[in-house]
Amino acid sequence: MGDREAPEEPAGPTGQDTAAGFVGCDETIERLYTYLDGELTEQRRLEITRHLDLCGPCVGAYGFEAELRKVIASRCRERVPDDLITRVADALSREHTRQSN
Amino acid sequence: MADQALFSDLAMEYMPALYTAALRMTRNPADAEDLVQETYLKAYRAFASFEQGTNLKAWLYRILTNTYINTYRAKKRRPEIADVEDVEDLYLYRHLSGDQASGLGRSAEDEALDRFTDTDVKAAIESLPDTFRMAVLLADVEGFSYKEIAEITDVPIGTVMSRIHRGRKALQKALVDRGSTRGLVGATDNAS
Repeated sequence: MGDREAPEEPAGPTGQDTAAGFVGCDETIERLYTYLDGELTEQRRLEITRHLDLCGPCVGAYGFEAELRKVIASRCRERVPDDLITRVADALSREHTRQSN
Repeated sequence: MADQALFSDLAMEYMPALYTAALRMTRNPADAEDLVQETYLKAYRAFASFEQGTNLKAWLYRILTNTYINTYRAKKRRPEIADVEDVEDLYLYRHLSGDQASGLGRSAEDEALDRFTDTDVKAAIESLPDTFRMAVLLADVEGFSYKEIAEITDVPIGTVMSRIHRGRKALQKALVDRGSTRGLVGATDNAS
């Protein structure tokens, strides 16, 4: 149960601890990436979700990391040069011809 | 023999994603174009061995990754430093935070993120050592699962997790360093 761990949890991101969920701030932050990646077990995921539902500082950190990931993904997209599409298509055609002969 | 029309139908749509990864890995457009072309040629030649219905995008990334390692990384004269400095969790968040982090709505930290340009983000990613850069690209830009990344890069899932997590922290450090020189991030290193 939560009361086994909660009293031992050190302070959270803004120095406050919330003895609110089954896991504390430290564990939540430690597992934040894996949580965002959707790679936790169902049990762990629920524990972290429950903590985030009740902890302002952690949900702030969570929101930031989620936003950061969107920013990273969107800021480094590249447009394919037109001539690359042609180049690859030509290379595949040549390869096809070569294999057919 | 591979069916060219079927291959093209299935594979060409992934070119923007493959080119994005190729450019971040090689760091220059000419090499990135060569890498993408080489990837498609190899994939075409091996297409008969591709199991229809399995993950074509992951399969193409596996070929791209191996080609990059075997061709482009081998070209480099000096070996890359294969490790990254460890920084604390939420490194960037804490550097962008004021005295009080707000948990509601769009926060000041989220707003601060908007000031990082495309160039900032690309440069920060490109500053990471190869293995960490690839892991972060596959996870955060392409959204592959840990298992898929393990298959693409041919390392155990535990190693994948470690590379992604440490790579992300190193990326945050790179963004803070870049942001500091551009005045986007407070110069103080007091992120307690």
